[in-house]
Amino acid sequence: MIIEFILLFIVFIFALLAIVSGDLTASIFFLSGFSFLMAVIWKWLGAVDVSFTEAAVGAGVSTVFLLAVLLKTEKNEKFFKGFNLRAFILTLIPLVLLLYSTRYMPEFMNPENITNHHVIQRYIEKTIPETHVPNMVTSILASYRGYDTLGETTVIFLAGICVVFLLRKL
Amino acid sequence: MTEDVILKVITRFLVPFIKLYSLYVIAFGESGPGGGFQGGVIYAAAVILEKIVYEKKLQKPDIFASLGVMIYAGTGFLCLILGGYFLEYNVLHNNPATGNATGIFVIEVGVAITVSATMITIFNELTAD
Repeated sequence: MIIEFILLFIVFIFALLAIVSGDLTASIFFLSGFSFLMAVIWKWLGAVDVSFTEAAVGAGVSTVFLLAVLLKTEKNEKFFKGFNLRAFILTLIPLVLLLYSTRYMPEFMNPENITNHHVIQRYIEKTIPETHVPNMVTSILASYRGYDTLGETTVIFLAGICVVFLLRKL
Repeated sequence: MTEDVILKVITRFLVPFIKLYSLYVIAFGESGPGGGFQGGVIYAAAVILEKIVYEKKLQKPDIFASLGVMIYAGTGFLCLILGGYFLEYNVLHNNPATGNATGIFVIEVGVAITVSATMITIFNELTAD
């Protein structure tokens, strides 16, 4: 429990440093460290697949992409104008709403939660007899929720096409 | 880009292992953590590493991005033709569970192809002059 708090605190510091630091190279590496620590936290929570994805995409490839973008621009932030009251209030309102809504979140790791009762039990009981796939995450993603994953794959494909269109200025 | 001997030797040594590991992640995604998405990203990372260190000119991988989506959707339509619903893998084999496992593996390969090709395409476009 204490380790979780320490990790989350370091993650918070990294996110803050990534915003505040004026040097964009430093910001990118703070973001990379942020992703890596998030991967550690996902692993700590038992979400191994999410952790794997976060480490590969967040800490790995997206850092390289951001560095490649940085080669085409300047290394320092240009518009950093101190304190802006209107922006502060505009960001404060959603923050307060989000914090207020956390009161109604289900309790962490409580087996009585509604999310642990609905359809998840069927997956746990039927995954092995129905699909012969030991990793439940894969069977849900690829078989029970196959439509979602088809949409995700199409979205990735579309993202690639859009980057090509934007950068080649077709 | 670089004349660093250490970088070149280490890259030449590491890249085959990273690629093999990515294939392992794709194939082993059914029994452990990982799957098409993660394996595809790791494969793309290996190719990008090679490109950065050796300044390799890559063939256009754009077509593979659409090929992966086609494999995924094609599996769905194959299920339709064989008499099931769209993406109902049970009909792919006499034993429904084996059919399901087969379908999952095929679409994971499709996802891996799309993801790695898209990542390499994006990096190519970002670094092109």
